[in-house]
Amino acid sequence: MFYRATLREGSLQLTLEGDWLAGELGQIEASLYDLTLSSCSTIEIGTAPDLRLELSGAWLLYDFIERWRTQGISISYPQGVPPTLQLVTETLSANRSDFIEPEKNFRPVTEIGRNVVDQGRAVRAGLAFVGELLSRFTRGLFSPRHWRPTSIVRHVYDTGITAVPIVSLIAFLISVIIAYMGAQQLRQFGADIFVVDLVTVGVLRELGVLLTAIIVAGRSGSAFAAEIGAMKLNQEIDALDATGVQPIEVLILPRLIGLIIALPLLTVIADVVGVLGGALLCHLLLDMPLVQYFQRAEESIAAWTFWVGIIKAPVFAVLIAMAGTYRGLQVRGSSRELGRLTTVAVVQAIFLVILADALFAVLFMEIGI
Amino acid sequence: MRSDRSELGLNAEAPAVQATGVVNRFGAQIVHDGLDLTVNRGEIFGIVGGSGSGKSVLLNTILGLRRPQAGEVRIFGIDLNALNTAQLRIAKQLYGVTFQAGALFSSLTVLQNIQLPMLEHLKLSARALEELAMLKLKLVGLPVEAAHKYPAQLSGGMIKRAALARALALDPPLLMLDEPTSGLDPISAAAFDELLVGLQRELALTVIMITHDLDSIFRTCNRVGVIVERRLVADELAKIVDHPHPWIQAYFHGDRARRFGAIHGT
Repeated sequence: MFYRATLREGSLQLTLEGDWLAGELGQIEASLYDLTLSSCSTIEIGTAPDLRLELSGAWLLYDFIERWRTQGISISYPQGVPPTLQLVTETLSANRSDFIEPEKNFRPVTEIGRNVVDQGRAVRAGLAFVGELLSRFTRGLFSPRHWRPTSIVRHVYDTGITAVPIVSLIAFLISVIIAYMGAQQLRQFGADIFVVDLVTVGVLRELGVLLTAIIVAGRSGSAFAAEIGAMKLNQEIDALDATGVQPIEVLILPRLIGLIIALPLLTVIADVVGVLGGALLCHLLLDMPLVQYFQRAEESIAAWTFWVGIIKAPVFAVLIAMAGTYRGLQVRGSSRELGRLTTVAVVQAIFLVILADALFAVLFMEIGI
Repeated sequence: MRSDRSELGLNAEAPAVQATGVVNRFGAQIVHDGLDLTVNRGEIFGIVGGSGSGKSVLLNTILGLRRPQAGEVRIFGIDLNALNTAQLRIAKQLYGVTFQAGALFSSLTVLQNIQLPMLEHLKLSARALEELAMLKLKLVGLPVEAAHKYPAQLSGGMIKRAALARALALDPPLLMLDEPTSGLDPISAAAFDELLVGLQRELALTVIMITHDLDSIFRTCNRVGVIVERRLVADELAKIVDHPHPWIQAYFHGDRARRFGAIHGT
């Protein structure tokens, strides 16, 4: 159905017909294998009027013709070479076997060495970024001209105000969980009242700020990396640089400062909602009068309890903003990089936040607050 | 004979592209108002128009990426907007497209970019896939070393060629090119035009090309359509240059064009 073949005196007359299209390649190939060539020394290739020999079909034909030639069969075209076959032959015969494999050599020592060097460079680049940021930040502090209030306000809105609902909801749910779990355990000792200590101290010192930071890392850390990464891919960063505008100054510092403002405020909201959530649950579940809850809360909260939590927020903000923007700036070349580095930014931001929290815990224990 | 394309009811006589009464609106802004377009088989048809005259919108409408508010577009006699998903999948093999900035998939190598349409639409052996993609790569004049490079590592001219190779991946009878020579130096642009004309002749393609490049139009196009006043004025190249519309006059006979004529002695 793709050709008619007649054998005459050791010569095979092959008349091509029908659709030699890309979609038919498998069938054409199978039908070409059906040809019996044992007794023939020449093949005459002709074309029927209804032949549609497209490029892919012509390539397949070319492939078989090459194979037949190596078997010692001579090929002739009484009607002339079909034009697409001619094109394929010209394109490919220039250099038939020059297909180069991508490098796949696996050399363990080289790989280890390269990784070590890469890691070293990454650390150095990270330090350079922190250094540059710090120097620009301090320089910017003393020249109000370089503050970008509009941009900072936008980032406070994006990272802070729009996050209020989700942060409140999660703070509420967490305090409910703690109060509920705590009540179950403490009731065994008849120490129900300590649920209040558990909720208030837990939320104010640790959970309020930690959960807020983790949510913000997920929301804003990824947004920073993706925004800056997409700008990088679109050469916008280069455009800024070429205009004589420092990308760090217009893109990174406003995000950093915006988050330093937004995260403590969000933490305050999370603290308030968490403490109120605890009150609601104690009232409903433990039948504790609200007055008693707040009296107990006042006793349990020391002078530093609230500040121990809130003091961590700006530090977390710096870590999240730096992880996000730094990874964004590293995006290069492809959209896959953008996705990869956005993921890295979030994971790293959360890791740094938890690590810093652990260090804070040790620090606060040592200085006794 | 099993041929996917035959299920679509392709009309062997119909023009490659026929648009009638196309209306495209964005809110209150009317881009096309009763636009008609006929592209015959086997010609290179240039689409010209001022910035914002809706050239790319027209292209998207022809491609079936955008449904016009009124009017219809037929490719080889079939209306893409009237097809179901399975038919559309087959119908989209009828054309190959290159976009303005290349739109190569940035996370794939050039060879993988060319192979992607083949993998999606054809059942090929691994060897056939490699070799066919290599054939397309060589056909557009890319060096073999380019095969395993990523788009970010290519020059502007190579990106245009790689995009053309990807457009040719499924042997489509119709090619649509959005500003294929923009951003290229005149010599690379001329080489690209030469390549295009050669391929068009050898493979009997129909080509629709959006361009701003006068040189390119004179080198390649048989007919030219100009978008003026939300419609398309189309004619043979030799005749359209004498069309009385002021924009067309300015385009073909302005300062720029006169310099061009002086150099070429026309």
